[in-house]
Amino acid sequence: MSRRLMKGNDALAEAAVRAGCRFFGGYPITPQSEILEYLSARLPEVGGTFLQAESELAGINMVYGAAAAGFRAMTSSSGPGFSLLQEGISYIASAELPAVIVDVQRYGSGLGDIFQAQSDYHMATTGGGHGDYHMLVYAPASAQESVDLMCLAFNKAEEYRNPCLILTDASIAQMMEPVELPEMKEVNPDKPWAVRGKSGQDFKKITSTMYYIDDFDTYIKEKYDAMAEKEQRWEALHIADADVVLVAYGISSRICKEAVATAREQGIRLGLLRPITVWPFPVDGFKEVNPDVKAYLTVELSSLPKLDIDVKLACKMKSPVENFLGGAVIPESQQIIEKAVSVLEKVEATSCLKN
Amino acid sequence: MSEKLIPNLLVEDNKFCPGCGHGIINRVVAEVLEEMDLADKAVGSLAVGCACLMMDTFGTDWIQAPHGRAAAVAVGVKRVRPECCVFTYQGDGDSLAIGFSETMYAALRNENITAIIVNNGIFGMTGGQMAPTTLPGQRTTTSPQGRNADTTGQPVNIINQIKEVPVGYLARGSVDTAKEINKLKKYIRTAIETQMSGGGYSLVEILSPCPTNWKMTLEASLDHIKTKVKETYPLGEYVKNGERVDA
Repeated sequence: MSRRLMKGNDALAEAAVRAGCRFFGGYPITPQSEILEYLSARLPEVGGTFLQAESELAGINMVYGAAAAGFRAMTSSSGPGFSLLQEGISYIASAELPAVIVDVQRYGSGLGDIFQAQSDYHMATTGGGHGDYHMLVYAPASAQESVDLMCLAFNKAEEYRNPCLILTDASIAQMMEPVELPEMKEVNPDKPWAVRGKSGQDFKKITSTMYYIDDFDTYIKEKYDAMAEKEQRWEALHIADADVVLVAYGISSRICKEAVATAREQGIRLGLLRPITVWPFPVDGFKEVNPDVKAYLTVELSSLPKLDIDVKLACKMKSPVENFLGGAVIPESQQIIEKAVSVLEKVEATSCLKN
Repeated sequence: MSEKLIPNLLVEDNKFCPGCGHGIINRVVAEVLEEMDLADKAVGSLAVGCACLMMDTFGTDWIQAPHGRAAAVAVGVKRVRPECCVFTYQGDGDSLAIGFSETMYAALRNENITAIIVNNGIFGMTGGQMAPTTLPGQRTTTSPQGRNADTTGQPVNIINQIKEVPVGYLARGSVDTAKEINKLKKYIRTAIETQMSGGGYSLVEILSPCPTNWKMTLEASLDHIKTKVKETYPLGEYVKNGERVDA
């Protein structure tokens, strides 16, 4: 292990190299470009390949090729570029190949802007591209967690032979924090399924596995059901006795942690449920929430609520779900406390009316 | 009785329409790979359209790319496994319409792969729509009055696009006569040799009949290639060993 002060993007990139990634194909876009810049120098040092693609479309398809050849491969992008990756991601998922994709989310639809945001949630968690697939989606809340989840993502990608996504945002990616880095890992690319040339009847075909698997519908549903059951990760803070449970991931969750601590000092019983995987959504975490919880409050950097639906389903609509939407602005913890208090007052007023 | 010599790489009968040129081209590519002892090292990248019917009949490793992206996928393979013989096999619509950027940039980076582009002037599998290579005046299902180059643009001549770029090998062949098929085999062999000696990007474009969508007999289709198609797409080698040879 070595300890360094690193920018979130650089930490992600170095973690990928240490996880055995030996191919990167991608295209510059703010606020993820440091990943390209870092890997353009770093990958050749370890005998890997860095390729600046002519577009995100080419980048993800280079990753498709390198992954099909058995190598740990990744690409990264942001918002508008992430939209363009979806075609290739759908193919990689359909061919059941491992790969890691990073989306450093930025604000707005269309061009939007380069500020931090959490607007790509639905595109990330519902598959995003065409057809029936999901990705394991990891949402780091610090540079250290970016490192840890990058290593995990490569392992899980190979375990399930499925693309995995690191869903981060400009603030986590651009801030500098101390990180512990793992040892360098070498990974054998000669997987039994990898293309590397073999003629005759043993030739390998990398294409949609639906062509080769009987009862594909059952097979693919069982695969994603298993991921949904086994791969949920979350962090819980004071949820067993909370009146209001905040639900937030990534940068928003860090402000929420401060809000919970401050509110508790004031006698306001806030809790926090922080999804570390946003797909699968950590529904099991909600089983540990105070059964008499008054309300949930999602906190996210977007203009429209995104977490809302997943939280409503996870709590089975037993409690009201309200939203704190920051747009591109990271809220102060005090604003979150004030919103939580107003939610509490609203719930209590409603229950008085009912009584 | 003479023995019927079929390359081992052709593991099943092909599924192309009667009179289609793909079957001949498949065989030529298979013969070259076997003669060069590369059958066990070959990895093909194809996408969609008639070309993808080869997945089951042509016994190399294959990757099926998204429409147009076969060159980018091939680059991903070749960069991590330089010992493999990596080739794309695409139609003109796939490689030159939606995949024009991927095709051009593989050439611009002089990637050490071989592109085999089958030019039949049409989107075949989807039922005969206009392609970038459709000749002016040619009727297709989306140019029912004949292609109007004033509104749809001139046919794409990919060799002209690439021949100014530093690449390893460029040639255009045809399957309209036995003589041209023999020349085509030499072109494909030289292209693969160029790749395996690290000579850079190689591309062989092949004029090929599509009697089904041209709505012609095979004889009329071959005559059409001889009299019309070759005027727009002249045959021959254009770049060899990284040097222009067409001047």
